[in-house]
Amino acid sequence: MSPDIVLFAIVLVAAIAFFGWSCFRRFRLVTLGRPDNRFHDIGRRLGNTLLYAFGQRRVVSRPFGVNHLVLHWCFLILLAANTEFLLGGLFPDYISLSRLPDGAYHALAFIFDLVSILALLAVCAALIRRAAFTNPYIGGLSRDSVTILGLVAVLMVAFFGMHAGEIAQGSEAAARYMPVSGYVAAAFLAGIPAGSLAGLIGFFWWLHAVVLLTFLNYLPYSKHMHIMTAIPNCFFKSLVRVNTQPREEFKKGNIFGVGQIDQFTWKGLFDAYSCTECGRCSDACPATFTGKPLDPRLVIHDIKANLIANGPRLKRKVATVLPLIGNGQEREGSVAEEVIWECTTCGACLEVCPVFIEHFPRIIDMRRHLVEMQARFPEELITFFEHMEQRRNPWGIAPAERTKWTAEAEVSPFEAGTTEYLLFVGCAGAFDARNRRTTLALTRILSAAGVSWGILGRDEICCGDSLRRLGNEFVFDRMAEENVRMFAERGVKKVITQCPHCYSTLKNDYRQYGAELEVSHHTELINNLIKTGRLKLDKAGDPGKVVFHDSCYLGRYNGVYEAPREAIASVTGQRPVEMTRYRERSFCCGGGGGRMWLEERLGRHINVTRVEEALQAEPGTVCVCCPYCTTMFEDGLKDKGVEGSVRVLDLAEIVAGALK
Amino acid sequence: MLAVACVKQVPDTTQVKVDPVTGTLIREGVPFIINPFDTHALEESLRLKDRYGLRVVAISMGPPNTEVTLRKALALGADDTVLLSDRVFGGADTLATSMVLAEAIRRLAREEEVAVVLCGRQTIDGDTAQVGPGIATRLGYSQLTLVDRIEEMDLSAKQVRVRRKLRTRSEIVAAPLPAMIAVTREANRPRYPRVPMRLAAEDAVVTLWDNQEMKLDEETVGLKGSTTQVRRIFSPERAKGEILGDGLSNPEEAAQLLVGRLIEKGLLNL
Ligand code: SF4
Ligand code: SF4
Repeated sequence: MSPDIVLFAIVLVAAIAFFGWSCFRRFRLVTLGRPDNRFHDIGRRLGNTLLYAFGQRRVVSRPFGVNHLVLHWCFLILLAANTEFLLGGLFPDYISLSRLPDGAYHALAFIFDLVSILALLAVCAALIRRAAFTNPYIGGLSRDSVTILGLVAVLMVAFFGMHAGEIAQGSEAAARYMPVSGYVAAAFLAGIPAGSLAGLIGFFWWLHAVVLLTFLNYLPYSKHMHIMTAIPNCFFKSLVRVNTQPREEFKKGNIFGVGQIDQFTWKGLFDAYSCTECGRCSDACPATFTGKPLDPRLVIHDIKANLIANGPRLKRKVATVLPLIGNGQEREGSVAEEVIWECTTCGACLEVCPVFIEHFPRIIDMRRHLVEMQARFPEELITFFEHMEQRRNPWGIAPAERTKWTAEAEVSPFEAGTTEYLLFVGCAGAFDARNRRTTLALTRILSAAGVSWGILGRDEICCGDSLRRLGNEFVFDRMAEENVRMFAERGVKKVITQCPHCYSTLKNDYRQYGAELEVSHHTELINNLIKTGRLKLDKAGDPGKVVFHDSCYLGRYNGVYEAPREAIASVTGQRPVEMTRYRERSFCCGGGGGRMWLEERLGRHINVTRVEEALQAEPGTVCVCCPYCTTMFEDGLKDKGVEGSVRVLDLAEIVAGALK
Repeated sequence: MLAVACVKQVPDTTQVKVDPVTGTLIREGVPFIINPFDTHALEESLRLKDRYGLRVVAISMGPPNTEVTLRKALALGADDTVLLSDRVFGGADTLATSMVLAEAIRRLAREEEVAVVLCGRQTIDGDTAQVGPGIATRLGYSQLTLVDRIEEMDLSAKQVRVRRKLRTRSEIVAAPLPAMIAVTREANRPRYPRVPMRLAAEDAVVTLWDNQEMKLDEETVGLKGSTTQVRRIFSPERAKGEILGDGLSNPEEAAQLLVGRLIEKGLLNL
């Protein structure tokens, strides 16, 4: 064996051993997490992996994503080339492309040559983009990105140097099939004496080897760990929309929520390892956008940093060194308490993350810890929580007033067998003066269409949505059980809600409590009534130019995007005008996730920001379909001083205005 | 040493209606809550626990379902609870109520020295503010009412210094222990229970003392021991308000009208 091979063998074994050890150190920490079954339905999971990991469906949804797709595939193909390279270095007499049958040899040589230049170009494009015309959320030329892109570029240069040398030397049998290497040989290496050529080849060969192994060992210590984790993370992605939180079992001795890193599920930890730091979630987040300290990317990053800092200690069962929930003074690895309360649970982050990281569920986990284990939360919440427990509504209004609105409408109680639908009015629809108008509009529509419906009256209690999103699972749990029991006792099967929060809670959260209800949001029902001709409209009630705002809990949480748009089109004769951010990319009004009951102390106001966006479309009416959105938009319009010229109407009001 | 917090379970008065015919309260279906003033007394006792290591016992006189309220006190951090419940205690006015509570505290004091008794300023159903002072008088404790801050407590010197909030001024008062302290709602912001504590409270033992245990003279407790009688309950006539201007469409004009009227009535001086 030549001394070169011995040296290489030592380097290779050391590099691989170090890489293996790094991976072991990192990945064994994931096993600290609580269980979460992500192994069922393997077929669908494999499908997702193909589509999202290998097909990069979400990555390419952004203009520059194609570049990443190219790099990703170059990487996969060159994985084969580099395996051959490393093994060939070790066993030159046995492993070499040239030992393959000619056809395969030539084809592979051709492919590797082309793919290498493609990779080099893609890397250059990425570097130029980061340096010159990057979106702020990308983070520009970070050290991490320059290192990795630089390493890949050098790797490709070494590849061409090595092969061009061999071609110039005449030792490459597939030279004819390697256009790029051939070009380099002809352009730069012609006329170089054989001795120097051999030296050059040796230099590039070693450069290639060292850079390759450096790259490998750099991965586990950088954001490029995602090269190893992103594919499995797509495999483990939730198979259903993430629109609810898991139940907690209220048994003595249990811990509630997450206050320490090992209380997350293993998937929560694995998510943190999968973040590519692409910044798409930050770009989508209403809190980040309005200058608040919450940035979903950093939350995920802090979880990773915390795991790395505390994980080994937890494995050894010694005290942790870094709090998971901090006071904002810690640098990296602690999520500040104020950050945790800023999330509106709008789901925009989840919607855009190319590797399906679940951000806000982790935030709610930590809220649960703060509320349930520490009783620590912004002070305005104590009244909210107490009102919920004592009066079963957010405002603490006497339950008897729940039916006040019925003075202006013809209403009958829900009775199984006689009434088809339960109209679950919701607290806002029943108590809030503005939103009662929506309720009344809805009842007019239902009556006009001859729908058979009734209400629970004073017996209705809050669905508990805000409680759950705020982490007060204990009180939510009791209210949910109470509601589900009442629905069963009264024989409720079909429910209409005018609030997307009631809608999602009854439809998705209550399923965990065994309730199989057929829940319709009023937008869906109204659109159906129009389409089936049960609702006759008179196009005269034209609300002017209508711009539509998607509610997070209707759109992203439940995929209802078309129904309200179609209904608007039925009234106005044309589809509503869209804002810059709409449908899946819609921007929250600021009222979700319990934020409705919290002061907005930090940054710009989310509702005003959204109203400004709506005003760009110069609408006469902003159409919403959620009581929180109604309130948030009306407040925002007042803030802008345009409440006189622009109206906020719920879809039900627009449709009711066009009733014959 | 003990801090005894007296709490009362009351009907949620915002949900109580007066029967127009009989003039009595319609209590049916009205949920019970812990008297809001008493939540501040309980909170203050828990803070004394945190500050001075006192053991907190929450006591309450009422029907058996008062247990629910005492469990809430346990969930918030009370170490022990005593429910004073017996048919013969029923129908008590403030005199008879303070009798039973004072005797219960005396019993507690036999086992462990009592440093303070904390009461809410008043209840939302009776509004008399007499039970606290009644307890203090019967037990011969210092009587500190309208307290909005406990400045300092010196357990070895048996002294307490508090701030009393009076109508136009505050005063700092020092008094010997044991003392009965009746706190105002401004004294503190009550805490919120943690779930593990709630769960523990759910099957903790609530000590029941009935009259077999207390052995009080039946003539001094309950209806028989009461000297006040409720003749009639009615909602006071409320002077009808008037609507001035239209604040929604013309807030400026409405504000002017309002200020004008307030000046006219001498309620506002500019
Ligand atoms: S759910 Fe919405 S507010 Fe919360 S982190 Fe994600 S994008 Fe931001
Ligand atoms: S969490 Fe997802 S969207 Fe956010 S930076 Fe990481 S990979 Fe990108």
